[in-house]
Amino acid sequence: MRTDTADVDRLATPPAFQHLSLGRKLKNNLATTLFAAAFVLAVIPLLWVLFTLLQRGLTPLLSADWWSHSFYGLLPNDFGGGIYHALVGTLMQGLVTAVIAVPLGVMVGIYLIEYGRESRLARVATFMVDILSGLPSIVAGLFIYALWITTFGLTRSGFAVALALLLLMLPVVVRVTETMLLIVPDELREASYALGVSKWKTIVRIVLPTALSGILTGVMLGLARVLGETAPLLILVGYASSINFNLFQGEMASLPLTIFMERSTGTAAGDARMWGAALTLVVVIMLINLLATLLSKMVAVKTK
Amino acid sequence: MTDSTRAETRPAGTGEDTGAPRGVSAPSPGPEATISAPETTADAPGISSGKKVVRIGDRVFSSIATGSGAFVVVLIAAIGIFLLIRAVPALQVNQESFLFSGVWDTRNPSSLHFGVLYLAWITVASSLVALILAMPISCGIALFLTQYAPRNLARPFAYIVDLLAAVPSVIYGLWGFLVLAPVLKPIAMWMNTNLGFIPLFADGNSDTLISGGNVFTAGVVLAVMIIPTITGVSREVFQRTPTSHIEGALALGATRWEVVRTTVWPFGRNGFIGGSMLGLGRALGETMALTIILSATFDAPRYSIFDAGATFASKIALGSGEFNNNLQVGAYISAGLVLFIITFAVNALARWIESASGKGKE
Repeated sequence: MRTDTADVDRLATPPAFQHLSLGRKLKNNLATTLFAAAFVLAVIPLLWVLFTLLQRGLTPLLSADWWSHSFYGLLPNDFGGGIYHALVGTLMQGLVTAVIAVPLGVMVGIYLIEYGRESRLARVATFMVDILSGLPSIVAGLFIYALWITTFGLTRSGFAVALALLLLMLPVVVRVTETMLLIVPDELREASYALGVSKWKTIVRIVLPTALSGILTGVMLGLARVLGETAPLLILVGYASSINFNLFQGEMASLPLTIFMERSTGTAAGDARMWGAALTLVVVIMLINLLATLLSKMVAVKTK
Repeated sequence: MTDSTRAETRPAGTGEDTGAPRGVSAPSPGPEATISAPETTADAPGISSGKKVVRIGDRVFSSIATGSGAFVVVLIAAIGIFLLIRAVPALQVNQESFLFSGVWDTRNPSSLHFGVLYLAWITVASSLVALILAMPISCGIALFLTQYAPRNLARPFAYIVDLLAAVPSVIYGLWGFLVLAPVLKPIAMWMNTNLGFIPLFADGNSDTLISGGNVFTAGVVLAVMIIPTITGVSREVFQRTPTSHIEGALALGATRWEVVRTTVWPFGRNGFIGGSMLGLGRALGETMALTIILSATFDAPRYSIFDAGATFASKIALGSGEFNNNLQVGAYISAGLVLFIITFAVNALARWIESASGKGKE
């Protein structure tokens, strides 16, 4: 009996696998540690930036004035003031950008997936969308300056900013529409055609609603990214410390521009406002991201 | 249009029911639809003849879609053309060699002096510092997320890295100059004293070792900003490593590290390089962070990473105060045109490498 179990033991255990040599084991552990450390290393600046913002920018956000007043009439050394003027500017510019960028970008996406597959124009357009997504924001600003202000002779305004932001948001919308339309199963389109529905109605009534939640999320994420852009603002609109609801005329504040302008005051009060505006900008961006997640859950097509 | 509205109501209802691809629900309205098909033929009586049905709605919609596609192509062309048109008059009156001089003095519109040599150095140097720091870290993160992280944590972890891209560049600028630069100062000092015999680590053209407004700080901040770009692309290619390769290596007794070295890395290498090029493109065009971090100076660079100055992008951003005369603007637009051409080339190359790597491995 004893010998039998010993035999079984011997067969099952040792020769099946070789022991790892120490060197290989060490190398493996070293690599694992390094890769995990790389991840940790990337998280550090993120937490650090957020901590800095909270530490230096939270105080002004806690007062009610911050959300209901502007910086109008404040001297560089005066503490206080509110970010309302910049919020208005940022949200208005963002809204106009989205209103133009979304239909245009979705149509480009529809063209690329539903109409132009494999055609030469579609291939060129895909490439151009890639290039557009790598376009430096300052170049977008310069282009709008050359077009809108130098060529058309119009003035710097919030609308010119929205046009520049449009260039930066467009590729995001196109990308996301493309990805989402590709996921829509072909059976759905075929079923619709089989019912005698025309192609465009199939796209508008069947394909787009199916892809809607994904597209919406992408649009919001694109908007959140674009709202933090500062470079085109410097070129295309002047900064106003008061509220301006007119997109086509006059100087207009926005959160990124406020941060940049308050930095140049070089006073303690300006610093406080600068960090306050920076934290506000991040809060706005986070809210939009959150809204994107919520919206995508609400509009998502029910699969059960 | 009454015919068409009648025809469109029914399929719309089906569309909502079958929002998800349920093969089962499709057949039930089927017979009705076959009846409605002739109705839609009557939709466009003027055009339709025989069996081929051409609907006006379809024509309009497809033209809009195609037009939008063409618009994007025209847009990029327009950017190049408009920048060129506005740059030429200024280039014609420029008193300096545009590419081989670094002097920039556009305050007097009747005698413009502008060259991009110094701008090119600061732009390229800060982007390269960023790339050298970001490439290994991004590669490590991508490998960690695809090969090591527990499956249910990989997605939230990836989301955290993506959040780095959500922070606006102006905020990175503030943080980089006011918070990070003082922390980096001892490192910069150490490199300067111990490696100063190499020109790259020698004293810069201005007192930036103390203020931190140098290429080194800028590069570190840029690295943080491009890590999500490179990681995102690498993650995707590493994920596409065929499972059979990985399992094969594991079956032969390979450790995790050996799996990565022998299957994942060779498979994803080109994609990683493509992603790094995309990151480079982003770093070259980054504006606000550098506008805030880099100290301004008129002195010629000493080709050290402790130089101060401006990049193409930050020079334009800082020059916006001078935008009151077409010729002055033209000088900045010329710099913008160079930046556009460089980023165009880098991005195009990145896409080419990426697509080539995808095809070659199948």
